[in-house]
Amino acid sequence: MTNWTSVCPLTDLTPDTGVCALVGGKQVAVFRYGAGETVYAISNYDPFGKANVLSRGIVGSIGERPVVASPLYKQHFDLSSGECLEDADKAIESFAVRIENGVVEVAASA
Amino acid sequence: MSKKRIIVVGNGMVGHNFINTLATSDYASQLELITFSEEPRLAYDRVQLSKYFSGATAEDLALTTTAEYDDLGVNYIMSDKVVGIDADNKTITTANGRVEGYDKLVLATGSYPFVPPIPGKDQDHCLVYRTIEDLEAINASAAVSKTGVVVGGGLLGLEAANALKAAGLDTHVVEFAPRLMAVQLDEGGGKLLRHKIESLGVSVHTEKNTKEIVAGEECRYRMNFADGSYLETDMILFSAGIRPQDELARQFGLDLGERGGIVINDFCQTSDENIYAIGECALWDNKIFGLVAPGYQMAKVTADHIVNTLLTLEEPKMAFQGADMSTKLKLLGVDVASIGDAHGHTAGAQSFVFSDDLEEVYKRLIVSADGKKLIGAVLVGDTESYGTLLQLMLNDMDIPGNPAALILPAMGDAEPVGLGVSALPETAQICSCFDVTKGDISGAVQGGCCTMGDIKDATKASTGCGGCAALVKQVMEAELEAMGVEVDHSLCEHFAYTRTELADIVRVKGYTTFEEIMESHGKGHGCEICKPTIGSILASYQNEYVLKDHLMPLQDTNDIFLGNMQKDGTYSIVPRVPGGEITPDKLIAIGEVAKEYDLYTKITGGQRIDLFGAQLHELPAIWKKLIDAGLETGQAYGKSVRTVKSCVGSTWCRYGVLDSVSMAVAIEERYKGMRSPHKLKFAVSGCTRECAEAQSKDIGVIATETGWNLYVCGNGGMRPRHADLFATDLDDETLIKYIDRVLMFYVRTADRLQRTSVWLENLEGGLDYLKDVVINDKLGICSELEDEMTKIVSTFQCEWKTTIENPEKLKRFKHFVNADQEDNNLLYVRERGQRRPATEDERIALTDVTVAE
Ligand code: SRM
Ligand SMILES: Cc1cc2nc3c(=O)[nH]c(=O)nc-3n(C[C@H](O)[C@H](O)[C@H](O)COP(=O)(O)OP(=O)(O)OC[C@H]3O[C@@H](n4cnc5c(N)ncnc54)[C@H](O)[C@@H]3O)c2cc1C
Ligand code: SF4
Ligand code: FES
Repeated sequence: MTNWTSVCPLTDLTPDTGVCALVGGKQVAVFRYGAGETVYAISNYDPFGKANVLSRGIVGSIGERPVVASPLYKQHFDLSSGECLEDADKAIESFAVRIENGVVEVAASA
Repeated sequence: MSKKRIIVVGNGMVGHNFINTLATSDYASQLELITFSEEPRLAYDRVQLSKYFSGATAEDLALTTTAEYDDLGVNYIMSDKVVGIDADNKTITTANGRVEGYDKLVLATGSYPFVPPIPGKDQDHCLVYRTIEDLEAINASAAVSKTGVVVGGGLLGLEAANALKAAGLDTHVVEFAPRLMAVQLDEGGGKLLRHKIESLGVSVHTEKNTKEIVAGEECRYRMNFADGSYLETDMILFSAGIRPQDELARQFGLDLGERGGIVINDFCQTSDENIYAIGECALWDNKIFGLVAPGYQMAKVTADHIVNTLLTLEEPKMAFQGADMSTKLKLLGVDVASIGDAHGHTAGAQSFVFSDDLEEVYKRLIVSADGKKLIGAVLVGDTESYGTLLQLMLNDMDIPGNPAALILPAMGDAEPVGLGVSALPETAQICSCFDVTKGDISGAVQGGCCTMGDIKDATKASTGCGGCAALVKQVMEAELEAMGVEVDHSLCEHFAYTRTELADIVRVKGYTTFEEIMESHGKGHGCEICKPTIGSILASYQNEYVLKDHLMPLQDTNDIFLGNMQKDGTYSIVPRVPGGEITPDKLIAIGEVAKEYDLYTKITGGQRIDLFGAQLHELPAIWKKLIDAGLETGQAYGKSVRTVKSCVGSTWCRYGVLDSVSMAVAIEERYKGMRSPHKLKFAVSGCTRECAEAQSKDIGVIATETGWNLYVCGNGGMRPRHADLFATDLDDETLIKYIDRVLMFYVRTADRLQRTSVWLENLEGGLDYLKDVVINDKLGICSELEDEMTKIVSTFQCEWKTTIENPEKLKRFKHFVNADQEDNNLLYVRERGQRRPATEDERIALTDVTVAE
């Protein structure tokens, strides 16, 4: 069975920004993509800058892919998979995320 | 018909290039290609070898893979050396006892480092620099050494010295000749290079002949020189030149040069018509070519000759005609280039020398007796003109105008002498690594290439040493323009406009949101380039609170939390200290906050105080305390007005003629908070002694007996530029009026992240035009510019004050939205009484301790 952890009400997530949540002991960056109900969750740890900062990056798109650019050195991570566009070896974890009764929830393992 | 067998001995850069040429040609199916490599891997990029020290792996350097050779049907045998040739029976033998027959044999055995026969040269930490295995050995030795010596001050030696320096060794270069890079540089160039390299902390010893290497006292070894002096070191790297690897040819009777090298003709055939030699092992016209480009040219010629003699039975179409050995490099961070006859050996040659000790630039041109043609050049410290000069020489073009102008720096309004790419003939070789001509690039553009990426894929130009990149781009753009294609200056994949165009759109249409602009002029979801750019433009014209919901997603790393993000994800805090003037009470308030939150405290280069290491959740409380003490945000995080530096001026100083502090405070108060294409820095000095260094600022003001002198577009930082004198003897009001106009004109027309210095340099018409616009109102926009500035001035708010008064906004100033914990990744150590982030090594040590507890 999946364990879902509440993050915050969707309305607390400003469109096209992220927040960091503590989910099962892990730091998870949760993003709202656009002004609707599209949300993504990936690890908050930037493997290049070696700091927990990805939730604070700029959200956007590269081609068709939704991405966040690390606030430290601007590498892009695919929001849906955690893949790093600049370096395939630096992929990060991604997490299942859903909206239940207006609350964003993340599962500790995908 | 059975396939013809071609054996290539050596899979180095040139051997691989040859194989690749045939394996991807129309004749591939009629050929069986076999290559032997003595090394345990297939070809890799030796030219970029030094990158191994900055983190590139063997895979990064690889020029091909076994999978790729499998796909191409190329047979390869690695870690096996060819030791015998039977030219009569056309077979070769390897060290492992393999015997293979061939129709044509190609020797591409390269060269080996020459180690002078010095007693003691064979010890453990005496190494060379040629293969990946050599580099592994150097790394291992460097790890247990403190001092390193490179023997040989040539091109490779200096590259090796760079590697030792980077590895943290106390580095020395020992050269036999009286100067560095004796082959490429003349005396003046060598001298300057030496000076530059020494100032980087590498010791250079010239005219030293090493007699022996014995055990040292302080270090592992001692090198005793012929002149009685000595040098102690823990490791020695020999880079005293290369010798052609001609062992096979020597043993099996092929003609060799007097000093080695396998003799070849114009088709790269050796004295046996079925055996070719290419690359660094080959001797053509009594010359060895120690660069890849000529090797690649030989590979092409050989492939053509083999195909035509074995398969088509037609006349060969190509011949090797020698190669230009001009080079341009960065050695230990110093730009160096040598073109053609750098020593002026040509009869009747004349030379021009430009030498600037202040800027550390040395340039020498060698021209023909009649002064019309360029035949050589040496450039140290500034190699920008390399492309132009090389093309002049290679294409035997007439020097435009006075030769001296080619090396003199541009003075005043004079245009620097360039050579439009349109002047080049179609046959001009633009990329020498891959022999790509101007015609090839134009052809690729006509075939649909329109980015540098396309050109690289299609022609390989600029994928070798990279020295030709600027020229390739110019040729591409010229061709695109000639075809009527607009050259792509798009901001990013989401907007096909420049920043300047977007600024016009926002200003004219009065847009206030990113969404409106995206909908009308862009596509996609935006990115970290267009979002902050548009965020900045909106701020320049609307000046709204930057954390409003619709503006927040546009803010870059620092602006979105109103602080500069540090390497560990914490923030710094910089209160505004207008003009650098601060009361003791405010100083105390800053000190108290710093103490309470244990913030690392430092006086900045901008006359204010920076507090480092605050976590997200601490920021609001810290700013509340500062604001209560009468301080304001300093916007150190924004691309915005930073500081106005002042000197104490006439109020205290015995030389001051005007009150520079009051003017600095007034200017800072006026423009504070203003967001712009890049950051803006100002300064005001109270007299011409210029203690505030106003001439290095975007806007500089200097007091004179008769009023203020205004300087514009100076820059410190990466590429310093002296500000230009814009207007003299101004009264307070005119001074401010001019500054208003200059700044808003900059906001209107600058490119993204373009400081005023670069903006002015790119502004058509330059300083005179700017004066015309601002002083004479040539464009009739001055009142508009002033109105725009008035709006910014009247809408200033301290962003931190607004934020701490807004509970909704404060929710984001927490590490976790759903928990009160702090980031567990932060780790600090104390140094000189303050806290700083732990280094990687310290982190490991500190974490181990915690685990042990
Ligand atoms: C704190 C400070 C160094 C210090 O300890 O003294 C500093 C620190 C930074 N500088 Fe600086 N610069 C500081 C004075 C300067 C100065 C000196 C001055 O202003 O008189 C210069 C040269 C003058 C100039 O800019 O013309 C300077 C030239 C740069 C540059 C190069 C800009 C250029 O055009 O070449 C950068 C990089 C950039 O902006 O792209 C930079 C960028 C930075 C950044 C923002 C790098 C970053 O992105 O993290 C640093 C972060 C500051 C922080 O975390 O708070 N900093 N920096 C100084 C803050 C001054 C202030 O009170 O606001
Ligand atoms: C650090 C460094 C930096 C350089 N920088 C530049 C630069 O900036 N620009 C530039 O143009 N050039 C540069 N060069 C020179 C360039 O690398 C050479 O010109 C080029 O590699 C020559 O190619 P090659 O195939 O002739 O020889 P190599 O690349 O040396 O290949 C020869 C191969 O043959 C193998 N071999 C030899 N004998 C046998 C045998 N009997 N059986 C099997 N295999 C054998 C060798 O082990 C080797 O792998 C640099 C070289 C070095 C070392
Ligand atoms: S610039 Fe002039 S007024 Fe200012 S401190 Fe220096 S000498 Fe004094
Ligand atoms: S000249 Fe070396 S890559 Fe073009």
